[in-house]
Order: sequence, then C-alpha cells, then structure tokens
Amino acid sequence: MGESGLSSTTWAIEAYGLAKSFGNTRALAGIDLKVRKGDHLTVFGPNGAGKTTLIKLLSTLTKPSGGSALLDGLDIREAPGQIRSRLGVVSHSTFLYNNLTVSENLRFYGRMYGVTNLEQRIREVISQVQLESRLHDQVGTLSRGMKQRVAIARAVLHDPLIMLLDEPDTGLDPHAIMMMRDVLEPFTSGERTVVMTTHNLERGIEFADQVVILHEGRVAYQASGQEIDTASFRETYDRCIGMSI
Amino acid sequence: MKGLFTGVFAIFWKDILSELRTKEIATSVLVFALLVVVIFNFAFESGADTIGLVAPGILWVAFAFAGMLGLNRAFATEKENSSLEGLMLCPVERHVIYLGKLAGSFTFMLIVEAIITPIFLVLFNLPVCMPRLGIIIVLATLGFTSVGTLFSALSANTKARDIMLPILFLPIIVPVMIAAVKATGLVLDGGTWGDISTWLQIIIAFDVIFLVVSLLVFEFVIEE
Amino acid sequence: MGEKNIVRSNILLGLGFALMTAALYLVFIFAPTEEAMGQIQRIFYFHVSMAWVAFLAFFVVFICSILYLWKRAIKWDTIARFSAELGIVFTTLVLITGPIWAKPVWGVWWIWEPRLTATLVLWLIYIAYLLVRSYAAEASRGARFAAVLGIVGFIDVPIVYLSIHLWRTHHPPALVSDLVPSMLLPLLVSVAAFTVLYIILITRSISLSNLEAEVRQLKDARANQRRS
Repeated sequence: MGESGLSSTTWAIEAYGLAKSFGNTRALAGIDLKVRKGDHLTVFGPNGAGKTTLIKLLSTLTKPSGGSALLDGLDIREAPGQIRSRLGVVSHSTFLYNNLTVSENLRFYGRMYGVTNLEQRIREVISQVQLESRLHDQVGTLSRGMKQRVAIARAVLHDPLIMLLDEPDTGLDPHAIMMMRDVLEPFTSGERTVVMTTHNLERGIEFADQVVILHEGRVAYQASGQEIDTASFRETYDRCIGMSI
Repeated sequence: MKGLFTGVFAIFWKDILSELRTKEIATSVLVFALLVVVIFNFAFESGADTIGLVAPGILWVAFAFAGMLGLNRAFATEKENSSLEGLMLCPVERHVIYLGKLAGSFTFMLIVEAIITPIFLVLFNLPVCMPRLGIIIVLATLGFTSVGTLFSALSANTKARDIMLPILFLPIIVPVMIAAVKATGLVLDGGTWGDISTWLQIIIAFDVIFLVVSLLVFEFVIEE
Repeated sequence: MGEKNIVRSNILLGLGFALMTAALYLVFIFAPTEEAMGQIQRIFYFHVSMAWVAFLAFFVVFICSILYLWKRAIKWDTIARFSAELGIVFTTLVLITGPIWAKPVWGVWWIWEPRLTATLVLWLIYIAYLLVRSYAAEASRGARFAAVLGIVGFIDVPIVYLSIHLWRTHHPPALVSDLVPSMLLPLLVSVAAFTVLYIILITRSISLSNLEAEVRQLKDARANQRRS
C-alpha cells in the first residue's frame, strides 16, 4: 500500500451530512463525523439506529442518498475501488466459504485484493490469529470463534489502512470474545484507523479514542479523548437513546 | 486488464474448488437432467417414428431446467456467510464478479451436458453428430447461462428466489430455446452447417446482446 | 395540482372523449363490412390500436428504466411502474380480442403464430416485471430489479419475434398499406383515441401517486411534530 502515504490529509474518515434512506424510511438522517488517522472510533446505538448503514456507506457497499464522505481523502462516490483496497471489514458475517479450507479462503481473497507475496502473507496473518494448525481444515468444521478469527485474518491480508468492525462480537461466547480481543489487538494498534460498532459499552469505551451514540439515524452524543465521561457512560447512553421512548 | 483476468479466474477457481469438494451442484443437476429425459420419454410415448420430432425438445427442456437448478445454487452459496458482501468489498469492478460467476456456471453446465448428451443419443438411438451438435450446445449454453447468471443474482436478493428465477429466466430465453431445438432437430436429421447457420446466427446474436446488457446492468442487481 | 395542470388535463380528457366517440362511429357505422370475415372483422380496429398502445407502454417502461438506473430519480420508476401496468392491461385485452376474432375466421381460438406467440411471451415477461417488485426485500431494490427487467425484457422482444417468425412462417398478416381508405381512417382514429387514453391514464396515475407521497410526507411531519 505504498500510495497511501501520498495523501497528506490528517483525517482518515470525514463525513458531511451523510444520509441514507431506503424508499420512505430514513436510516441515516445526515451525520457529521471526523476521525483522525490512527484513532479508534466506537459507534454505539440500539438496533436500527443506523450503525450498520453507516458501515455500509463507509465501505462503499451502498450509495448515500445525501451528503458526502471521504476516506483517506477519497470520495466514496468517486473512488469506491481505491477506497475498498484501503479497507478491511470484519462483520458479524464472516464472508467465508464453508466448503473451502482456511488457506483456500485466504488465497481467494488475497488474489481478489492483489496481495503480493501471498503465501508468505497468509502464513504471517494465520500465525497472528493463532490458527496455524487449522490452515488446511474446511471453514465449515471450525467453531464460531475460530471462524471469526479467520475472518479477521481475511480482513487484514492486504494490510488495510482503515478497519471497520461491525459488531464483531455478535454470536460469540465470552471466552471467544476474549480470545478475539487479544487477536484483534495487534491489528488495531499503531497506524491503523479503526471504526467499531458494538452494543457492549465497557468494551467499546475501553477501546475508543472517540465515541458516537447513534439514535434513529442521528448523532445523539459525540465525544473524544478526555471529554468522554467514562464513569457515567451508562447513564449518558440511556439518556441518549431513552429520550424519546 | 490483468486485474480483470486475475479476479475472474480467482472467483471461477474458488467455485470449481468448492464444487470439486462437495459435487453438490453437478450431481443434482446431472440426476435432474436425466430424470427429465426419462419422464418426457413417457410423456410423449416416443416411438421410432416420432423420435425425430420430440427428441430435440426433450434434450433442451432437460438442459434448461437442469441449468436453472445449477444457476440457483450459484448465488445461493454466495449468500451462506454473506460472502457476496465480501466479494463486493473487494477492490474489483462489479463485472469481474459477473464474469467469474458466469465462467463457473458455464463450465458446470458444459460438463453436465457432455455427460447427458451421449446418454441421450444412446437412449433414443440417434446418430452421433458431434461437431455440429457440440457447437450448438456450447453457444446456446453460453446464452442461457449469461442471462441466468444475471437473474440468479437478482432472485438471490428476493424473498422467493426458487420461484423468481424460472419466472424471470424462462420467457427471456425463448429465442435461444427455439433456435437450439430447431438446430438440434436439423442436425439429428443429418443437416449441414449451411442448414443450421440461420439458427446459429440467432444464438450468437442473443449471446452477444445479453452478455453486453448483463455486464452493464449487473451492478444494479447486486448493489445493496 | 396547479390551475394550469387542471386545464391541461381537462383539454386532454375532452380530446380523448371526442376521439373515442369518433372512433366508435367510424368503426361501427362508417367502415364497410369486410367481405370475407363479416362483422367480426370490426374488432380488428380495436385489437390493433390496443396492441400499439401496449407496445408504446412497454417502450416507455424501457426508456424510464434506463433513466431510473442512470439518474436514480423516483419519478422515472413511478412512470415505468404505471406504464408497465397499463401495458399489461392492454396486452391482456389484445390476447382476449385476438382469439375472439380468430375463432370465426380461422376456426380455432389460438394458433402458435409469431405475432400471437411473441405477444404471449411479452405478457409473461411483464408479469414477471410486476412480480419481481413485490418479491424484493425493499422497495428501492424492487425498483432497481424491475428496471433491469424492463431493459432486458424489451431488448428480448425483437429477438423473440424474429426467432418465432423463423420457426413458424405462417399467416402473413395484413399490412396497413393494403387497407382501403374507408378502413384506414377508422384504424388511424382508433389508434389516436387509444393513444390519448393511454396518456390520460398514465398522467392520472402519476398525479395520484404524487398525492399519495404528499399525504405520507404530511403524516410523517405531523408524527415528528407530536413527538418533539
């Protein structure tokens, strides 16, 4: 990813009035966001608040109906291909093929991303997610937690600049969540910008440099660094989403 | 250009690998096509005199119905772990995904047809007239898999994909079916290249038109 | 709806009424009885007019489908949807009047003749067009799927016709140029009357759906007001 150094902007992600409606329902009603390079943003919100829509817009899977967003200085409408090569996405679905082995899955995605030195890179990431011994097993035979770790390996194969984690904990038992957190740690530290959506308040706060609470497609709360009231965040959250119940 | 080929081949190879492991699509499609041939044989009570009239129709109904079964599976597997979403996150143009999936379905269908056709010729005591029949089969299969891949992606995103595919697919492929049945009939009667050239032209025109149109509109079918 | 629009739609209605009356007069009183076929031949004027309108309607679907995928403006989808519905209604009428005409003349209700068969295939394609909308997960996706079918289906029609024509070269249909003037005039007026009828119906359905959208917006705004 040599070309990523060329863009001089300090923001990894910028959104201006980003909106999305499906027919007559508004999933996102114009939100503004800025995430500095290397920062971690956690997006909280109840189901249907627009978290997944936000991730889908940022990952160019769906087109905005209003506003704009830039990733690494690139417009999501104008350069979706270039943006996709800078993104690694881990979602609650693994995007893996059950009939293929772990290595076949990784080789497939590696080719799609044009990863050079693919075999060596596969060995690297698979040892980072601690699944070397299962490299030649079919994905369908792995446990849910292991699949999610393969999904992480898949997402970082091409060394993305930005990672989007859409409720990566969903459907995992506490042990698997712990394991995944450890595995994720080296990939999310350092230069990489990370956006995560989650229901898990403690985990989200601990992870974040910046937090956003979404409610009914709007930003209900936004804070970064020291401003985040870690101590009483549960109350803040309840207030934000409970307002209009 | 190189990127296009790498992407198409990666998707194609992934589908082949997966199929080699499970043999899910090929077996079910093959058995289904054979069943159609057998059942239609009863339906038409094909005696020696009527064989020439009904045999081409039976063959192509078998291919079209079996093809639909395979095409349905082609995108159903992409829905399993939302891997279609994973594909769409890859930094490739949308038509790379279309061509990759088409290459897979086309190959599966050709393999099934390569097995069914000889059996069919033997069961109905028909002459083996390979080069001409082979060309008809390859061209017509390209035509209906190119439309079928588009509609398979479309119906995979609807609430009733098993019903949607035939409803969309069958009326559109009417021209290929007519041309393929007619050309096959002529060939089985000992027709020459000249006899079937009109029908081959229709099939080729269909192939070209619907490959281009499908490439252009595929993006709108898989987009969320 | 503005004052201008009301005036315009009244003019259109008046024109449609006049043309339809003239067509009825010309078809049933003015036009001579065809020698070979007798009275039943008079169905031909309506049959051809409705076939023309059906084709026009599907052409509008085709154009609006391209515009919708290109511009993503909901109005193109709305026009395409109503035009497809009208096209199906008229194709159905064509498929009904055809056999009524054919039975006394040919002695059978239906023959697998190119024009009839192609019309039947056309009808099936646009039934699928309506179904794909109702089976889509969301309305926006259904609109996109329908647009794709609106394009693919329309392009398919000439190929369907050509292949069926080569398959069954049978029954050369009478061309308009062969008609005597006393039969051509009723046909042309009838075609014009049905075309205006199509325009009236499509503009009415579009303005109705605009009103629906307006009502929905007002309701939403009201609900939001009450909440805050």
